[in-house]
Amino acid sequence: MLSVRGLSMRFGGLLAVNGVSLDVNEREIISIIGPNGAGKTTVFNCISGFYKPTSGDIKFQGKAIQGMPDFKISRLGMVRTFQHVRLFNSMTVIENLLVAQHRHVNTNLLSGLLKTPSFRKKESEAMERAAYWLKKVDLLPMANREAGNLAYGQQRRLEIARCMVTEPDMLMLDEPAAGLNPKETRDLDELIVSLKHDYNVSVLLIEHDMGLVMGISDRIYVVSQGTPLAQGTPDEIKSNPEVIKAYLGEE
Amino acid sequence: MLEVTLYFLQQLINGITIGSTYALIAIGYTMVYGIIGMINFAHGEVYMIGTYIAFMAITGLAMLGIDFLPIVFAVALISSMLVSSTFGLAIERVAYRPLRGGNRLIPLISAIGMSFFLQNYVRISQGARDIAMPSVVTGGWNFGPEDGFQASVSYMQIIIFVVTVISMTALTLFINRSRLGRACRATAQDLKMAGLLGINTNNVIAATFVIGAALAAVAGTLLGMYYGVANAYIGFIAGLKAFTAAVLGGIGSLPGAMLGGLILGIAESMTAAYFSTEYKDVVSFGLLVLILLFKPTGILGKPEVEKI
Repeated sequence: MLSVRGLSMRFGGLLAVNGVSLDVNEREIISIIGPNGAGKTTVFNCISGFYKPTSGDIKFQGKAIQGMPDFKISRLGMVRTFQHVRLFNSMTVIENLLVAQHRHVNTNLLSGLLKTPSFRKKESEAMERAAYWLKKVDLLPMANREAGNLAYGQQRRLEIARCMVTEPDMLMLDEPAAGLNPKETRDLDELIVSLKHDYNVSVLLIEHDMGLVMGISDRIYVVSQGTPLAQGTPDEIKSNPEVIKAYLGEE
Repeated sequence: MLEVTLYFLQQLINGITIGSTYALIAIGYTMVYGIIGMINFAHGEVYMIGTYIAFMAITGLAMLGIDFLPIVFAVALISSMLVSSTFGLAIERVAYRPLRGGNRLIPLISAIGMSFFLQNYVRISQGARDIAMPSVVTGGWNFGPEDGFQASVSYMQIIIFVVTVISMTALTLFINRSRLGRACRATAQDLKMAGLLGINTNNVIAATFVIGAALAAVAGTLLGMYYGVANAYIGFIAGLKAFTAAVLGGIGSLPGAMLGGLILGIAESMTAAYFSTEYKDVVSFGLLVLILLFKPTGILGKPEVEKI
């Protein structure tokens, strides 16, 4: 589904990412791990079109997506979150989910003004989808609150729900467990697994919580100082001496 | 005593009339600022073009012998809104979109250039002399004693007020209820995130320029009919006043622009009445200085929260 080949990103004299290649297949949970400053988020930013990579190929659904406007990449079925929560804070919870379905309710202005039956139908579908996901992430009672007033853990869940209403094929989560308590992390764990099993979504994950990463990943890529270090299943990574040396520290 | 009250009332009516049109123009500044964080300095010219188009439409209809007021008014309003919106769209495409993402000063300069261009384009194509038009709407109501001072409210003033209220209500409903309005709010809050969620933010930005331009055209039509004269330079001072109104109310805030326009209009007409007409601009820009000193975010503006 996603194939990245020889991705490099240079900021002036700093080579932040150096020759990273990775693949995400359908219904896979892939994690990228590595020490702070390893370039994980830069890889994310390149894939999602935030940065223009210095070199390398990025293909999503068989299409080269470098230089494509962000909304087009999203319409191909890729959606991401950031390390910090980026909700539309002064909009209500439900509005956050409706606005993410903007393209699904793809009707022209005239039908919107006249409220034609097809427009109404699409609007009510969008509303149902929003309600469904709110229920899924336990935020239905909060539907009419302002998103900015939710508790941190709730905001994190709302972000994932907002991604899911766009009906993506691949979800990119940048440190989704950061700042969550152990209970919330376990819930997140379940949620991510359920996205894969029940909604056929692939998940590309950056995460420092090793329990979460080892528990749910199908495969793991390790990056250190911008350079790919290892890849494999959680068990292979756990026993890889290189990884232990670079990432977990030597004993 | 009655006379004093009536005089005050008269100034209030005049102030509200002029203030509502400031508010209509101010919406364009505040919406564009809210969404891309830049001031559209060519916005006053859009208002001026709106006035010209309204004059043309009214004169054209008069030549055809059509003088039924609702038709004249509707044709003038719609044609000036359409043409001005096209100009608004063109300003965004030519002066803003290619320069977005660069230094914020650059689009500002290109907008000033656009403003000069439009002024001179109208001056050359329409002539440098003032254009004038007989009033289409005449008459009004008078209050007060027959032999003393009478306060009057003209039908044109009532039309200005009513049309402004309708436009503002329509805009508020559009922003709060419609799909595109929702996308506008999302884009204003986080342009990149909106794009990543599949919203074509370029179209949303273009839409805000178009909406702002259409409202400026409404103001242009109304004020043109109210004053009966126009020239290619009326956009400059009207633009500055409306910009002041937007900052006064809190730039980026729609209710702020409405409130700022009214305050400014009333302050001006009060100054002109109780002090001196020459001082009304001093007062309006003095207000701007004061608000910038004591509440830089404006009356209804929210202080910018540092993003974590």
